[in-house]
Amino acid sequence: MISSKPQVLVQGITGSEGTYWTEQMLSYGTTVVAGCTPGKGGQTVAGVPVYNTVADALDAHPIDLSVIFVPARFAKDAAAEAISAGVLTVIVLAEFVPVHDTMEMLALARANAANLIGPNCPGIVFPGRDFVGIMPGWSDRLFAPGRIGVVSRSGSLGALINLNLVSAGLGQSAFLGLGGDPIVGTTFRDALEWFESDPGTDAIVLLGEVGGSMEEAAAEFIPSMAKPVVAFIAGQNAPEGKKMGHAGAMVSGGKGTAASKMQALAAAGAHVATVPSDVVALLNHL
Amino acid sequence: MFVEEHDAKQLIATGGVPIPQGAIAVSADQAYGIADEVGGPVMVKAQVPSGKRGKGGGIVKSDNPADAREAAARLLGSSLGQFAVDRVLVEACADIAHELYVAVTIDSAAGGPLLMVSTQGGMDIEEVHATTPDQVQMVPVDIRAGLGAGEAMDIVTATDLDPSLRAPLASFLLTLYGLFRRYDAQLLEINPLAVTKTGELVALDAKLVVDDNAAFRQPDVGPERHTGTALELEAKEQGFLYVELDGDVGVLANGAGLTMSTMDAITAHGGSPANFLEVGGMAYKRATPALALVLKNPNVKSLLVNLCGAYARTDVIAEGLIAGFEALKPEMSVSFCIHGTGEERAQQIVRDALGIEPHETMDAAVMEAIAMAAAASAGEKGEGRRQ
Repeated sequence: MISSKPQVLVQGITGSEGTYWTEQMLSYGTTVVAGCTPGKGGQTVAGVPVYNTVADALDAHPIDLSVIFVPARFAKDAAAEAISAGVLTVIVLAEFVPVHDTMEMLALARANAANLIGPNCPGIVFPGRDFVGIMPGWSDRLFAPGRIGVVSRSGSLGALINLNLVSAGLGQSAFLGLGGDPIVGTTFRDALEWFESDPGTDAIVLLGEVGGSMEEAAAEFIPSMAKPVVAFIAGQNAPEGKKMGHAGAMVSGGKGTAASKMQALAAAGAHVATVPSDVVALLNHL
Repeated sequence: MFVEEHDAKQLIATGGVPIPQGAIAVSADQAYGIADEVGGPVMVKAQVPSGKRGKGGGIVKSDNPADAREAAARLLGSSLGQFAVDRVLVEACADIAHELYVAVTIDSAAGGPLLMVSTQGGMDIEEVHATTPDQVQMVPVDIRAGLGAGEAMDIVTATDLDPSLRAPLASFLLTLYGLFRRYDAQLLEINPLAVTKTGELVALDAKLVVDDNAAFRQPDVGPERHTGTALELEAKEQGFLYVELDGDVGVLANGAGLTMSTMDAITAHGGSPANFLEVGGMAYKRATPALALVLKNPNVKSLLVNLCGAYARTDVIAEGLIAGFEALKPEMSVSFCIHGTGEERAQQIVRDALGIEPHETMDAAVMEAIAMAAAASAGEKGEGRRQ
């Protein structure tokens, strides 16, 4: 997925969020080579050249990854522009993207052999190397170079577990934020496969939540893995039929419960924590 | 957004789906008038945003206008599940030869639309699928290509449907899929789809769930009748995601994942959370009204503030909370744990304003909040005895 340091395009770079996070990414060491905002071509943001279209940016720079800061209702067109132009990894941060748009983005990504990460995701962090998205990669309370791969639907739960890891003297090979929507482009299973083949990762922490079946699908891959997986599932007390903040976090018709996910993961050989603070304890006992 | 049957039927009828003749009545006399105009037996159907109305007694067959008036009088003003019935649909009974099931939904695991067809209509499709899976055709649709005419015909041919109905049903599926796309549906289900004795297809029921995130481009849909407790409705109006629970520890945390995990930790340590409330995403700048919401629940006996900032700045949340404390002056104990983006300043804000030292670990904060709630409850009982 992102094995070597990517050359990054920021779509929506001239907006306030796009500009703020571009500055943060640059100062951490992320290689932001270009930005894109229709009608703002020729400007610069934090020294980064801005282009009208992704195609214009690609004419001037090699680009491995695009991070999309545009609002939810424009996210699909922005992602489609990047994928169609040939960008192979696209990260969609926006929350509240219509699910039909997500299905279209995902289908387009598959047709072009591209990776979609998100939507409604916090991005990715490679401690000591770079980060892309809206996680404070620079925070030495949350991130330290190390050998634990962390994958989470949620940014806030990811932050808590990363804090606990760093407080315990551990560090991360990478943090991957997948997003809290019912459909996301990159799944837990994709992340497990990637970490399994990543020479910098010794063990994986999977942070799931109620709703959907992505954790169960990941569990099917675990028996074939050489590396251990520690898992925590948020929402063990989520009432049926209520959206728990994330559009995808809902137990319905008795399906998507934390209990079923924890059971599937445990049966597959994962070490399953019942409270977040158990994650570090389980890692230390591996 | 759950679109009620009558509204869903109007939408699909505009798109070319045949529906029974009928209209909405808000009074018993109106129901009489509609039944009289329709002629013959009618169905009187309570309009509420929920499935399973038949089992709840919300659908009544009436042989004549007088019966329809009586049925409407009984249904109007009653409640079905958690909804008050304030309108009924009165429509002609179809001359049914056979009932089919057709639906388009979203397969979240596959990430695309899923077309479902069964000749066992009128029943709970999950039961049909569980007992006789070969009776339900489930076919994924490529959203970029759309549903093709040949594909629709293949699906229909795979069922045990009478060959004379294949072409009309295939054409119906194309219409249905088009409507699913046009209305940003999460589910568009016709159950039953009647085959009449004259060989026509008529949608006897319609269940349409439209994606909330697409409301901005669906002007013909909604607004939805909201469900929930008074506090949940108030929260929704203010744009907060709030779920009322039956515990006594009020929870304020940032982000959906952290908030759910905080609830899990409260339960694991023997306590009981009073709410889910997310003060994350863009809502992190609105901690003052969020605090007011949590405190409005009379069951709340202590408050747990658990912040772990990433995108959300904990110092901004802390400022908002302190403003709320100063305005509302709650007489309840509070336990804090604050880490992540902005934590040093956030912790200092809490120390300076409230004289409270935030806990280093979330577990310690959770356990203190549970103990505080227990002490407050014991104190209330003690006061009760003294009186």
